[in-house]
Parts: sequence; structure tokens; C-alpha cells
Amino acid sequence: MVIKYLLEKEWKQLFRHKFMPKLVIFFPLMIMIFMPWATTLDIRDINTAIVDHDVTETSRRFTRTINASSYFLLQDVVSGYDEAIDMMEFGDADLIIEIPTGFEQEYAETGTANILVAINTVNTTKGVLGRAYIQMLAAQFPPAVDNTSAVAVPAPKMELLVKNMYNPLLDYKYTMIPGLMVVVILLLCGFMPVANVVQEKELGTIEQINVTPVSKFSFILAKLIPYWIIGLLAMTLSVLLAWLIYGLTPAGSLWTIYFFTMLFILTMSGMGLVISNNSSTMQQATFVMLFFVMIFLLMCGLFTPVRSMPDWAQYIASVTPTLYMVDAMRNIYLKGSGLADLTTDWVALVIMTVVLNVWAILSYRKSS
Amino acid sequence: MAAVTVENITKRYGDTVALDGVSFEVEPGELFGIIGPDGAGKTSLFRIIATLILADSGTATVLGFDVVKDYKELRKRIGYMPGRFSLYQDMTVEENLAFFASVFGTTIEANYHLVEGIYKFLEPFKKRRAGKLSGGMKQKLALCCALIHKPDILYLDEPTTGVDPVSRKEFWEMLKQLQQEGITIIVSTPYMDEANLCDRIALIQEGRFMQIDTPQRIRSGYSALLWVVRTNRMHSLLNDVRAFPGVDYGYAFGETHHFVAGEGFDPEGLKRYLRDLGHGDIVLYPGEATIEDCYMLLAKQ
Repeated sequence: MVIKYLLEKEWKQLFRHKFMPKLVIFFPLMIMIFMPWATTLDIRDINTAIVDHDVTETSRRFTRTINASSYFLLQDVVSGYDEAIDMMEFGDADLIIEIPTGFEQEYAETGTANILVAINTVNTTKGVLGRAYIQMLAAQFPPAVDNTSAVAVPAPKMELLVKNMYNPLLDYKYTMIPGLMVVVILLLCGFMPVANVVQEKELGTIEQINVTPVSKFSFILAKLIPYWIIGLLAMTLSVLLAWLIYGLTPAGSLWTIYFFTMLFILTMSGMGLVISNNSSTMQQATFVMLFFVMIFLLMCGLFTPVRSMPDWAQYIASVTPTLYMVDAMRNIYLKGSGLADLTTDWVALVIMTVVLNVWAILSYRKSS
Repeated sequence: MAAVTVENITKRYGDTVALDGVSFEVEPGELFGIIGPDGAGKTSLFRIIATLILADSGTATVLGFDVVKDYKELRKRIGYMPGRFSLYQDMTVEENLAFFASVFGTTIEANYHLVEGIYKFLEPFKKRRAGKLSGGMKQKLALCCALIHKPDILYLDEPTTGVDPVSRKEFWEMLKQLQQEGITIIVSTPYMDEANLCDRIALIQEGRFMQIDTPQRIRSGYSALLWVVRTNRMHSLLNDVRAFPGVDYGYAFGETHHFVAGEGFDPEGLKRYLRDLGHGDIVLYPGEATIEDCYMLLAKQ
């Protein structure tokens, strides 16, 4: 079988390459070890400046509450608002809390009091979450201990009982890890086969192959098979790392994960072929691939929910394979979904796989 | 039956005409040379008869197989060495040879006798990666890889370009040996001196074959008056000669200049004229046409 010799050649070249084999190991390691910490959207340690005009027991108690919270990092208690604004301009504070004169008195008498909060919203997420946190703290702030005889009438309160489903500890890393596994596969199986096929074109070696009886089909197949195996190995490595480092194991079946991984790899390698058929240099091919990979990464719902995008962006997102893959991985990992629950995802991936690979075959015929 | 029959092949790339109605035949066992400068269409012609690209019009038959319809059969029987080194640079000499043998369903051992003469030069470096070989060694390896499946016909596209004179000579000796084995060889070269080593040659210019014949007949068919001139001031000589009445055109040729003169040319007059311009050690004699002179003459017509 010719394909056997072709595969032998591909493996030989792959392992002889200076950094390709290292990349296969290094890449999942790098992404699984560092990225879950880096891609978290949890906001902590917001730099805070407090302007206390009241200087009473209650205002100091409020300051202590802020300081005790892990969301805020009290930088300084200053005497004037202007001073606090200066701190924000210099980047030393992102949140200013101004407690007005008469705060304690008003709070004791009426049970409500006003506090001015100014937030730096250059980073919108930080701004929105900062506001939410401080609102939460303010709502829970207990009234002053009353030593007088008057008995305060407790205001009616609504209490929410929240149960976090599927990710009980609300750990952001657990949300990101299954998605980051998709990134590992996307980068390994998106770029490497494209580069490999175009390289043969660029070096002219494809000329020598084309005059042999080797069919184009077996030639391309021999190029792709190693990357399919590499993709599956990288996924295995990522699953192991998630378990070893973060103690995260899939709630669903491993077979479902492998099924989706295989589909996703086929989609990406089909797309890679379409690109490589239409490029004559490695540079051209990698830049086109980079363009798509950027879109796939930013629009797939990995970092920001797709539903909060405008309609037109949602249409674009709906044709990115990563959208379905990230969704499937998260559901398998956290919710324990099986194939029957993920029909939309795998049907979409199957359609993309078929379309891209048929396109690849057709464009390959044309270019020869 | 001819080994190669090409009829009226035309190939265009956009507005550029690479091949313009080329027709020729190559006999079995012949060493056929295609001679012409870069960009004359040599590589396009090879790529068509090697089943790599399709001609816009015309037909080509190699070893009785049509290059379009029977390309699969044909590929088993062709050995092609492209002008650019196209082996795997990250694989060793031995691995390259074994790989190309295996994709043709054969082994190095089965056809070792064919490549033995060439491979013995490479044997000491067989564990070296192909990319680390010298230019001459790369050519030898490429030839081995093109031969390892015992092709009936061998295409060599500018095999000696960029190779030193000694290796070039060795290379042509190898081709002669391969011819003894009964392999038909088509070779292209921009070097006119190599043309004499072929059985027959085709002179190609701008996608057209100007003449196809044996080198001897092409040389003896030279119809113009060729003169050779040399003086002690070579750099200004060519322009001085070109300005002399009766001289059609001239060109540098090694250590001398060649020029073609019309009917009324006066050699003694030229000598006097050159002497007046300050030339010394003037040597002027009627020359015997080489292939290059024939090419220049045909190209002018």
C-alpha cells in the first residue's frame, strides 16, 4: 500500500522537525496550565479610595466592611473628593466612595442614607461588576447598633435563595477549561496541516510526487492522518491535565468528547485544505487561517456570551465551528450532556465537515 | 513508433504565450536536446509531456500513451527531474531514494544496477540529509530518484544549471551510459556547448521550435558569413565592429567576438578602420559556425 509509505514519510518528517513535536506537547501544557487563570472574568481587588466626610463610627464601620471584602482593595482613605479623583486619574484607584457629612445620623434616623460611588468604566466589565458588588455590600450593611430604647421596625426584605447549577462553586476556571481545550485543537489542527501541504507546494516537492503514480487523494490523506492523531492525543493530554491540575473531570462520557473532537478536527482540516488549495505560499495560507481563527475565537462564545451580541454578529457566530464545539464541550464537562442532548451541535459540525471537505476535494481538482 | 509525438501544442498563461504550436518527434533510445534561453518555454513543454499541466490545444503521445487520457499509465513509466531541486531536504539521501522507489512499488535493490554508477558517488553521504548536499551531489541524487523505478523515458529539465563544469561533464557521461541502457532521454539546457552531445536538438525561442535536426546538420546548414575578431581592446571592439558598414550584427563569444556580415563586407577595410580607432593585435578570420551561432542566426530571422 502506497499510503503506508506516505505515512511513514510524514511521521519521519514530523519528528525530524525542529519544534513541531515539542509544540504538540508544549501547546496543551501551556494552555491548560496558564490560560484558565488568565482568561477568568472574575473581578477581584478593585482599587478603592474612600472619602470620609462623616468620620463617625458608622462610616468607619462601612470602610471596614469594604476593606474586608475580597472584591475591593482599599488603597487610601482621603479627605477630599478632588484628591480621590487625582488617584483615579493616575490609575491608583478605580472606585471612589464618598461618604457625606451626616451619614450616620441620617442612617440611624431613617434607615437609609446616600453614598456617592464613582467608578472607572474604561474596563466596562470591571465597572459593572464593581457597581454590583458595592450594591450588594450596601444592601447587607447592618444598621447601627441602637443603644436607645426605641425599637427599630425592620423593613420588609426579599431574600433570594440562589442555587448554582452544574458549577456549584461558580468557579470561572471550570467554565473556561472545556473551552480552552477547543482552542488547543483549533490551533494545532487548524494551522499545522495547512502549513504542511503548502510547504510541499512552496518547496516544489509536490512536482516530484505528482509525476509518480501516487494519487492526490492518498497524498493528502497521508498528510492529514498524522494531524488527526495529534489532535486526539492533544485532547487526551488536555483532559488529563484538567483532572491533574484542577481536579476537573467530565460529568459526561469521554466517548462523547472524542466523538466531538474527531468531528471538529475533520472540520478544521477540511477548512485547512480549502485554504491551502487556494494559496501558493506558506505566508499567504497562514495569514488567511489566522484571520479565520481570530473570528472563530472571538465569536464562539468562549469569552463573551453569543446571545448578548447584536443579531448580525449572532448570524456570523452561527457559522463558526468553534461555537458548537465550545458549547458541546462545556455541556459535556459540566452538565454531563450526551449525544442526544447535543443534537444541534453535532449536526452543525457534521454539516460543516461535509461542506468543507467536499469543497476541499472540488477545489483540489480544479487547482491540478 | 516514436517514443514521443507532440503535435501543435499551445500553452498560454494569461497574455503570455509559453508554447506556440510546437510539434516534434523523439525516436526510442534517442538523446534529444531542447536548447534555448530562460523563458523560451522549455519547462512548460516538459510539464505538459510529464502530465503535470494541460496544454490549451494540441496533442502529445508518450510511449504510445496520450498525456491526458492515459496519464496514470504514463506516470509509471516516466522519470522526471524538475529544474528546481524537488526532493525532501529533511530526509536523508538513502530515505529519499527508498521513498521514491516505494511509491513506484519497487525497491532500491531491484533497480540498483541502473543507478549504481551515479549512486556510488553518493554512497559515502547516504546518511546525510538531502538539503545538506552540495549542488552537484543534489543533481546526482535527483537523477537517481528519477531513475529508481526504471523509467522508459527520462525528462531532465536544465539538469546542469548551476553545476560546476567538472560535474557537468560527469553528468553528461552518465546520460550517455543511460542511453546505452535503452532509455529515451529528453534534456533541456541553456548551454549551447552541451547541444553537441545530443543526438538531435531542437532550438526553441519564445515558445516556437526554430529548427530540429542533428547538431552537425544544424551547424553545416549555417547560411551566413561568420567572422571572428579579437584585438587588445575587447570592451570597445564590439560597438566599433557593429558600426562598420556591411556588418549585420555581432555578439561576444568567449574570448572573441563573432559577427555576421553581408555580401559587400571588406575584411581589409575593417582592419584599417579598427587600427585607425586605436586597436592593436588585430586578429580577424572567417569562423566556423557553432550551435550558438546557428541559434543567433535563427533568432534574428
